Amino acid sequence: MDVHENRHSIGSKAGMWLFILSEILLFGGLFILYAVYRFKHPSAFHLAAEELSRPLGTINTLILITSSLTMALSILYLKKEDRLSSLMFLLSTLFFGFLFLLIKYFEWAGKISRQIFPDSSRLLERDQGEILFYGLYYSMTGLHALHLLVGLGVLFVMGILIAKQKVNRENIVPLENSGLYWHLVDIIWIFLFPLFYLIT
Amino acid sequence: MTEKIIGEVQPAVSFYKSSERFGGVFGWIFSTDHKRIGILYLLSILFFFLTGVSLGFLMRLELMAPGPTLMKPQTYNALFTLHGVIMIFLFVIPGIPAIFGNFFLPIQIGARDVAFPRINLLSWWIYMIGAILALLSLFTGGGPIDTGWTFYVPYSLRTTVNVPLAVFAVFILGFSSILTGINFVTTVHWHRAPGMTWFRLPLFVWSLYATAWVQILVTPVVGITLLLTLLERLVGVGVFDPAKGGDPILYQHLFWIYSHPAVYIMILPAMGVISEILPVFARRTIFGYKAIAFSSLAIASVGSLVWGHHMFVSGQSDLASLIFSFLTFLVAVPSAIKVFNWVATLYKGSIEVEPPLLFSLTFIFLFSIGGLTGLFQGALALDVHLHDTYWIVGHFHYVIFGGTGFAIFGALHYWLPKMVGRMYRKSLSYLAWAVIFVGFNTLYFPMLMLGWEGMPRRYYDYLAPFHTLQLISTIGSWILIAGLILMFVNLFYSIFKGKRVGDNPWGGATLEWQISSPPIRENFEKIPTVTRGPYEYGRS
Amino acid sequence: MGDWMENKEGSSIANHRTYWAVWVGLIILTGITVSVAGRNLGRWSIAVALAIAAIKAGLVLSYFMHLNYEKGIGLFKWMIPGIMILFALFIGLTFFDVAFR
Repeated sequence: MDVHENRHSIGSKAGMWLFILSEILLFGGLFILYAVYRFKHPSAFHLAAEELSRPLGTINTLILITSSLTMALSILYLKKEDRLSSLMFLLSTLFFGFLFLLIKYFEWAGKISRQIFPDSSRLLERDQGEILFYGLYYSMTGLHALHLLVGLGVLFVMGILIAKQKVNRENIVPLENSGLYWHLVDIIWIFLFPLFYLIT
Repeated sequence: MTEKIIGEVQPAVSFYKSSERFGGVFGWIFSTDHKRIGILYLLSILFFFLTGVSLGFLMRLELMAPGPTLMKPQTYNALFTLHGVIMIFLFVIPGIPAIFGNFFLPIQIGARDVAFPRINLLSWWIYMIGAILALLSLFTGGGPIDTGWTFYVPYSLRTTVNVPLAVFAVFILGFSSILTGINFVTTVHWHRAPGMTWFRLPLFVWSLYATAWVQILVTPVVGITLLLTLLERLVGVGVFDPAKGGDPILYQHLFWIYSHPAVYIMILPAMGVISEILPVFARRTIFGYKAIAFSSLAIASVGSLVWGHHMFVSGQSDLASLIFSFLTFLVAVPSAIKVFNWVATLYKGSIEVEPPLLFSLTFIFLFSIGGLTGLFQGALALDVHLHDTYWIVGHFHYVIFGGTGFAIFGALHYWLPKMVGRMYRKSLSYLAWAVIFVGFNTLYFPMLMLGWEGMPRRYYDYLAPFHTLQLISTIGSWILIAGLILMFVNLFYSIFKGKRVGDNPWGGATLEWQISSPPIRENFEKIPTVTRGPYEYGRS
Repeated sequence: MGDWMENKEGSSIANHRTYWAVWVGLIILTGITVSVAGRNLGRWSIAVALAIAAIKAGLVLSYFMHLNYEKGIGLFKWMIPGIMILFALFIGLTFFDVAFR
């Protein structure tokens, strides 16, 4: 393989990494807000967090971790030119991602039905720390879910391209880059989980 | 100095005539050629610059006399907000990287294009969409925004004007900046020609590289801040609303974490342009190449840690103010290093006076004034007096306009002949320069005095004692605009009717001067192998 | 499948056993962080939670995202530490305000 092609693959991967850096800083702003408001309202945050379902949060964490595994395996098998296994693992990743969103939907629906959402009169009655907790909860898990949804779209497109053999062992960078994005979504949740569900 | 027309004729056609996927206008707006994209940016950015100038002109008319002069207070608030938003987000921030970076970065490193040409085109489209949305916000919703370009909460949450669309437009524009940054970092790392080592790169490339990192890393922070402001207005999350426990000062932190480094996005490429031009017209190598290269990185990094100096009187803690003040003085050092090295480059050089040199020298002079006034502001006790006065307005116009603005004018005079293959009338350039210089200082120096005497900024009306200086300032704006018109007409005319030039009218040593004016589509007939540094004059 | 495989770029990639091992590690770490959450560690609870999260993220970055295997320029290896330092500075400087008002 000539140097020219090699350079482009590395460049493409580097470009994806740089994009990931920008995404980390995007969420970073929210983490800064979280840090400050938790510092100011430690007990209110604890109180508000108790209403979140720790079991559901844990299950979601395990789901995303597993989806990261299947994502990595999907790439591995495509490199071995085992298209069927690659697609199988890709589909599993999609399934897990969808499951995550489903659980998230039920969590949100549960809260909303109990009148806990931004600007609801019931929430506004509470301590400012709790209002801020839920403001951050909806913003951060919402933005994360949006990124996950986009990720599902990207993986779906990858699935089609793999099936059509447009993405394959020779042209694997698109799948690798999609994998990088997916792992980022996993990593963000790895931090969101303890910050919202495991406050003592 | 007589122009040397090198009698070489390139066999291939210029990039203006190369065949693209589509014909006509579509061949331009769907082109992935970095040079065509650079031209697209040139046209759109200049359009918005002229829009911003017009807004400034109207503002100065209103301020010519105390009391209402030709508009209502609300209109004035909208004008200064738009003037800021357009000049900052549509002109200066994209400015040099989008126009000259896109056109010349690949050529200067010996590449055929940037790393991701299609993303490059997308950047321009995102820029245009953001710009159009910003203009749309003037006529929709509650009308044009009146918050100032800083969109401070809680006012931006309460005012009934079209904050959501304007803020969303700026959010979109941020993506354009991030994508350009990603493209440039990747291009510089992996697309250099054989022999083009890091320390043989032109300093313009170094400055674009440092800028690109800032674009990638801090733009997302203002992105999330604006997004949250939008969410706050639309669903009331509470993170910035004091009634719900939100802290408006936190908004300022997040906002300035981007907006201070943003001024380095504005000035670093401008300094890069100066570092390009001086060696050519002093006919000697730049003094302290590595110092200038590393100072770009130093300014980018230390400059990302000084944002609190915009917040000395906001209510932030004294400790934070002390620390930010200290860091602010620190960041002046690498800038000063550049100025010293530029002056040292000229010393005992063989100076050829040409328009690009003149604008570069003016940059050094005006930027130094602006930079020095910044030192006043960095001192806590002084800033209590100067913050939010006309001193600040004078300061940032000296550094941004006197700095980046003049660097853009210099870059145009330096590189336009390469881009279009024709030379402008130099006598007119000198005349335009003189008028601009007089107008600029007449317009902005009084502001330093007004601010020192206590006149607040963003005020529609003022007390009678400030009248004389305000009037002088307005007259300065007319002189400045006359000079700008003269300059742009001269340059524009040269595009079509200027005298043709060869590859290297200035005798430059960087790679763009070794190819045709204008370049062919692929830039180089054959990718060069680089064997020497970018400013080696006095050899072979 | 125990050997390292070379892909086209010349950087070695993990085999599937490594991936499964990392997955097990992540599950275990999740278990640890949940069980520790039940205990009252006062000020240390958030530090422990973040430390465990950082280890998990590190595993994902190094193995699933192949940072461990990218050779060549320091760029890939230094990006993540670099951004962590930047982020720490942003939070730190902000806290010089918030914590000392």
